[in-house]
Amino acid sequence: MSVEENLQFMYNKKHLSVFCIKGLEDVYFMEGGTGLTENLDVRSAVKETLPTIFGYIGIGLAFGMVGKAAGFSTGVIFLMSAVIYAGSAQFVTVGMLASQSPVLSIIFSTFLINSRMILMGMALAPYFKKESMFRNMVTGTLLTDESFVLGMNKLQYTDHRLSFSWFHTVNFLSYATWVLSSAAGAVIGGFWGDPRSAGLDFAVTAMFIGLLYLQVMSDRSKAPCLQYLLVGMTLILTYTGMFFVPPGLLVLYVTLTGCGIGMVMRRVFF
Amino acid sequence: MYSFEDVLLTIAGCGLVTWLSRTAPFFLLKKLSLPKAAVEYISFVPVVILSALWFSSWFHGEPGHLPEPDIENMAASLPAAVSAVLSKNLLVTVITGIVSMAVVRWVLG
Repeated sequence: MSVEENLQFMYNKKHLSVFCIKGLEDVYFMEGGTGLTENLDVRSAVKETLPTIFGYIGIGLAFGMVGKAAGFSTGVIFLMSAVIYAGSAQFVTVGMLASQSPVLSIIFSTFLINSRMILMGMALAPYFKKESMFRNMVTGTLLTDESFVLGMNKLQYTDHRLSFSWFHTVNFLSYATWVLSSAAGAVIGGFWGDPRSAGLDFAVTAMFIGLLYLQVMSDRSKAPCLQYLLVGMTLILTYTGMFFVPPGLLVLYVTLTGCGIGMVMRRVFF
Repeated sequence: MYSFEDVLLTIAGCGLVTWLSRTAPFFLLKKLSLPKAAVEYISFVPVVILSALWFSSWFHGEPGHLPEPDIENMAASLPAAVSAVLSKNLLVTVITGIVSMAVVRWVLG
């Protein structure tokens, strides 16, 4: 992969909930051109995080603007980024709040989307076994798709060692960038005026369309054909679901049913 | 419409479940593995939930009634989807979608 492809790959990881069935380390490994060194100090961490920072800024700004267009205040948008700190789940939360989904179904959806963090944490935790409980908690709390990718790649240069100071620097810079850029996006979005007149209320849906395509592209564990078929099935499920499922529970109903259908389709046809 | 308290409750709940997913493996500090079937089921969540959120904007329905198509959202979705495929860029897709919706509303009056 070229540096640009690597960046695109890392960028995609941010908001795409990428799940890997097996061999996390293999899937996330990037070949050459990463600029990673064998040093595990703060200085090299700052240098090595920079390429991913631009990804956070772009999506953070977009999240702030989308949140504003959906009718949320800058304070609420700031809180979402500071407390939830999960790209795609935050977009889904905004979308579901706007469509009046019940609070519990929003929280459950967030859990489903972010449950991939459990897999990443399991791959990473062994490298921090000797660190204190507190440091382990801090490392897990600020873990992201990108910092995980970066950490997994760093292992290839450091003789399979990671340090708290290196990883925490990567994590902390990512967190600060994410929170600040989403707040900045919200402020910028505030200058837009009435969202509906300019078509701004469509921003959230357009974001889902973009996320969906990037998700299909980046999930290498499934054939694109299977994924597009599943998208079609979801359309049918959504339409037919409207006949008997209350509007607020529709997304949850479609998700729980659609995932089951996806599993069946994969086993039968792929 | 949700009250401010509901929104805060949602943020707190979403934050808590995300934090638990992030830290649990570090607390347990050992390789525990989810059943393979559960991992596979979860792996379909992003594609399905994003499609569901997209398509639910295409219709307005209530139980017992025929869903009504939302022509505006359907029409604006096409340019947004095309720009997603061509640009592979979120910001470009969002801006294309916004402009498309403005044009659609202008054309449909």
